[in-house]
Amino acid sequence: MPAVPISHFLILSAVLFSLGVLGVIIRRNAIVIFMCIELMLNAVNLTFLAFSNYLNNVEGQIFVFMVMVVAAAEVAVGLAIIVAIFRLRETVHVDEIKLLKW
Amino acid sequence: MVATALFYIFAAIATAGAIMVVAQRNPVYSALYLVLTLFALAGEYVLLMAHFIAIVHVAVYAGAIVVLFLFVIMLLNVRLEERAPDAFRYMIYAGLPMAAILFVEMGYFAFRGFQQAMVQGTRVGLVESIGRALFSQYVLPFEVASILLLVAMIGALYLSKRKLEIVAFKRPRSKKERLKVMMYEEEH
Repeated sequence: MPAVPISHFLILSAVLFSLGVLGVIIRRNAIVIFMCIELMLNAVNLTFLAFSNYLNNVEGQIFVFMVMVVAAAEVAVGLAIIVAIFRLRETVHVDEIKLLKW
Repeated sequence: MVATALFYIFAAIATAGAIMVVAQRNPVYSALYLVLTLFALAGEYVLLMAHFIAIVHVAVYAGAIVVLFLFVIMLLNVRLEERAPDAFRYMIYAGLPMAAILFVEMGYFAFRGFQQAMVQGTRVGLVESIGRALFSQYVLPFEVASILLLVAMIGALYLSKRKLEIVAFKRPRSKKERLKVMMYEEEH
């Protein structure tokens, strides 16, 4: 049987989440920012699964399933918004899209 | 011992991939490194005895989400991210400490709290137990999730449609409308 401490998985999840936060802050391309959000969602999924295994409880797995559904929906709508903004402004850089209205 | 070795290999691949996602200047490379990270994460899920989630993860993320990313990147013909102007260049001095603090905070509690607990062999992550839970106790959230996906699909279709296209498909009735269609065709 696998004998890896749960804490290892949690620390890996913390690493991935921090990298996602870093990417959201320092990147300018809206598409890459979306990828970093996906990274953070996956870090959370890893935490869910680690605790699901630790508590021997199926609810963590159901939650991961729901997170995946929401992530898929979010990406579909978010990328459509980015395409719409690109048509209007010819850019996907977030520092050039800072007005709510134009 | 094999499991420990596999854990470290997958963890190293996932971390390196995540760093490259953040560091790459070309969004296409970022997307490809994201695939690498996601595959390594699927390996970690298998080590956690979550077989069903690992398979779904590969199918949904690598098969659908990243492909969508790549499609949009190629549709938009995005150029390389050049050096940021003025204030944005200093964002890294805000981002690095923040990410470091976040990591130390989360890592400290994870390290302190769950040192003794090992990954246990459990049947909780198999298709059977998830299917039972999903179609009995959690059948309502499951159906709501399907509605959410439908709404997202309609929203994405609506957002990515050009507004003027409706005019072009309709048979022009007046001189003014015909002119509008002609102008539209000239524009595109």
